[in-house]
Amino acid sequence: MSSVHIQVSLSVSMHCGSGSSNLLLLRDISSFSVRMNSPLGTLRSAWSRWLSLSHKMKCSFIEYKDFKLIYRQYAALFIVVGVNDTENEMAIYEFIHNFVEVLDEYFSRVSELDIMFNLDKVHIILDEMVLNGCIVETNRARILAPLLILDKMSES
Amino acid sequence: MLVGGEWTEERGKAVPDLREPEGRMLVPSLKVQDLIEEIRGAKTQAQEREVIQKECAHIRASFRDGDPLHRHRQLAKLLYVHMLGYPAHFGQMECLKLIASPRFTDKRVGYLGAMLLLDERQDAHLLITNSIKNDLSQGTQAVQGLALCTLSTMGSAEMCRDLATEVEKLLLQPSPYVRKKAVLTAVHMIRKVPELSTVFLPPCAQLLHERHHGILLGTITLIMELCERSPAALKHFRKVVPQLVQILRTLLTTGYSTEHSISGVSDPFLQVQILRLLRILGRNHEESSETMNDLLAQVATNTDTSRNAGNAVLFETVLTILDIRSAAGLRVLAVNILGRFLLNSDKNIRYVALTSLLRLVQSDHSAVQRHRPTVVECLQEPDTSLSRRALELSLALVNSSNVRAMTQELQGFLQSCPTDLRADCASGILLAAERYAPTKRWHIDTILRVLTTAGAHVRDDAVANLTQLIGGAQELHAYSVRRLYCALAEDISQQPLVQVAAWCIGEYGDLLLEGSCEEIEPLQVEEEEVLALLERVLQSHMSLPATRGYALTALMKLSTRLRGDNNRIRQVVSIYGSCLDVELQQRAVEYDTLFRKYDHMRAAILEKMPLVERGGPQVDEEAKESKEARLLEAAPVPTEPQASKLLDLLDLLDGPSEDAQHPRPLDPSPGGALVHLLDLPCAPPPAAPIPNLKVFEREGLQLSLSFVRPPETPALLLITVTATNTSGGDVTHFICQAAVPKSFQLQLQAPSGDTVPAQGGLPMTQLLRILNPNKAPLRLKLRLTYTHFGQSVQEIFEVNNLPVETWQ
Repeated sequence: MSSVHIQVSLSVSMHCGSGSSNLLLLRDISSFSVRMNSPLGTLRSAWSRWLSLSHKMKCSFIEYKDFKLIYRQYAALFIVVGVNDTENEMAIYEFIHNFVEVLDEYFSRVSELDIMFNLDKVHIILDEMVLNGCIVETNRARILAPLLILDKMSES
Repeated sequence: MLVGGEWTEERGKAVPDLREPEGRMLVPSLKVQDLIEEIRGAKTQAQEREVIQKECAHIRASFRDGDPLHRHRQLAKLLYVHMLGYPAHFGQMECLKLIASPRFTDKRVGYLGAMLLLDERQDAHLLITNSIKNDLSQGTQAVQGLALCTLSTMGSAEMCRDLATEVEKLLLQPSPYVRKKAVLTAVHMIRKVPELSTVFLPPCAQLLHERHHGILLGTITLIMELCERSPAALKHFRKVVPQLVQILRTLLTTGYSTEHSISGVSDPFLQVQILRLLRILGRNHEESSETMNDLLAQVATNTDTSRNAGNAVLFETVLTILDIRSAAGLRVLAVNILGRFLLNSDKNIRYVALTSLLRLVQSDHSAVQRHRPTVVECLQEPDTSLSRRALELSLALVNSSNVRAMTQELQGFLQSCPTDLRADCASGILLAAERYAPTKRWHIDTILRVLTTAGAHVRDDAVANLTQLIGGAQELHAYSVRRLYCALAEDISQQPLVQVAAWCIGEYGDLLLEGSCEEIEPLQVEEEEVLALLERVLQSHMSLPATRGYALTALMKLSTRLRGDNNRIRQVVSIYGSCLDVELQQRAVEYDTLFRKYDHMRAAILEKMPLVERGGPQVDEEAKESKEARLLEAAPVPTEPQASKLLDLLDLLDGPSEDAQHPRPLDPSPGGALVHLLDLPCAPPPAAPIPNLKVFEREGLQLSLSFVRPPETPALLLITVTATNTSGGDVTHFICQAAVPKSFQLQLQAPSGDTVPAQGGLPMTQLLRILNPNKAPLRLKLRLTYTHFGQSVQEIFEVNNLPVETWQ
């Protein structure tokens, strides 16, 4: 029986100027345990194959082992979500954009450095949006509310 | 106050390390930001590792000393390091301490650490149960949220059982912030401990009345999970279908609302979830499906498809329509939408269209056929995901009317496709050709083309299939042998092709030299050329040993077919009499003996092979090389039925339609030398002799069955399993087990031994007694385990084509 939830392992991949890509795992929620060392190695090689195709020609869904990777590119930043077969790929694609919009609103014109240096805040945002692989909230205001309160409290 | 950045500079200058045990209290530790900067500043992997190791050492020291003020900062750094891939397990106990602390920042980092570092396999994870319990019952909303988040991520079964009541209480709290998280935690708990479904089922009905989208989203996920786990729950929730329909309708008709609208669609995520739940509820259920029909039509027609969000909802709608018992008009609408998706230029949309059409092709074949041209076009996509889907769909769409065109396209694709798709493509084409070939000649041509293009990737039985096909098409012998000869002359590297060509040239060499054939332009071939080609194959380093065997036998056969003298052939044969490959050597020696001592028999022995029926019991003229395969009189050895070991095998025989994939055990290897057909009489059976059956062959180990029906006990069938070994290595630890359907009784007697010595040594036999009182059709499944050439092998297969006399 297939399960209906997303197995989300969100990773943020950066391209440094030198061209090497760092794949960082922000959250390893999935019970597939896409753990760091071995799958990411192969993931990285699959990744470099992908980058060679120009963007117009590419489909955003990659099949990797027994689940799918859905990615979206924002300038030098790739956001990759791993899902199992039962998910609606296009809805996840939309979800990635939703996530980026939330980040954008919080950090005002988010860039990779913002994410890198504020990983704890990004974690908080992610926790607000996704719980154990299920989408919990997609409304920007509601997602950011607790975080803004927290910020205010720590300032004062 | 020393600031981190300044301090690191100083550190580089051999300033005494102020972090030594005595100095520890005076210096603040590195802030997370600064650590990150440092790491990013490292130019090489080694440098980065150094920085991190140093920092980890400091963190470990700090943990040991138990500094409560900065613990959260240390853990935060540790988590960052963990994310980069370095070991961080020593932070686990710190997470516990942080979770137990009253400060929010501590708790925050502690829970995050628990999520990242702890999981069920660590012993420490149970220790946080108590903290979570306290936080859930007494904490503020934010803290409850944290606890729920961690619980739903890494909660083990024991934890879930302990905390179920707490979570249930939270489901009914007024604050939506906590409730939405509690609902999803409940989902996780049900996954871990299915018995908790009873606890979480009752609140669902009430939760569905909520207006808060977050809670609704969670509730729907919860209901989906419950329905999947138990059919009773499914029935129970069918009652809420009207309510769901209402919710979805409201979503659709609400105009723009700032809260939830994404690209003009109001809360597409909720819509998608509702549609999925409707799919689960409406599957195989007329009544619910009917309730949904109107709504689905409404969604399908009114959704704005200019942006991705709308397309996502539309896609989900299409999937739902196709899965439930929808009205015919609605299905047509769905298929049309998919067709439109397919024509869309956006790759993502094409991908989802291809995936859904693949699911659809089983049930609505004709509807999908209409889109065949577009699908074939998608084969040319550079993106592998797309071309793979297109390939699968194209193969599914082949039928007898379009087989020629489709094969053409697929062969074009085969030439240019990436290597990982080649094997699938080649076997797909061959399968399609087998099923729908309009003429034999076309079939032979197709297989030939596939072998030349992708010979290295075809499956092993392609050779056998092709040779049998050619053998059966008498009128095409001349044609085939010519084409194969030309193909071989061009390229001797594709092994399957070479094997087939060698076999054909051997069999039909005389036709090759005759010179005329209407279907191809005339080809003048000299005897010497043919022999030279076969010798080239024999000597080429690219040829596999099996290929060499084929070539040698072909040369031998040509000795009777060609008109010239056989000196050249005799020379080659005698050279190979001292070849290092034992199989080849044996053949060469035998052929040599044939020349020298049995020349009068040579012509008869090397006659053309008769047509071999696929899978039937075989009678082979070329019985000369059957020294190895000798049927022993059944060796009755005292008893010991081995029924207990077979229980697992018996389970395998339940369904009648398994085993689509195991190799045909009875295809002859047409080189002639590997198949040793047991046409020798066994101990004269009282009834009419039942032909023997060769059931298995691998790397020189062969298994064959012989049957006896004693006339005094008509329900009894005695099967003798004989294992022979013509390869160079002994087969040891040989165990053969058998299974039959439930209405039979099977008794396996002890085998004669468990080693089958190499080079045609004494075969091993084993007797099976099968009682078939109902005279039901016999089905037999065999399982072999043995060690051969140092590798342990296990084979399970069903014996096909058991002669009817075995059970009637």
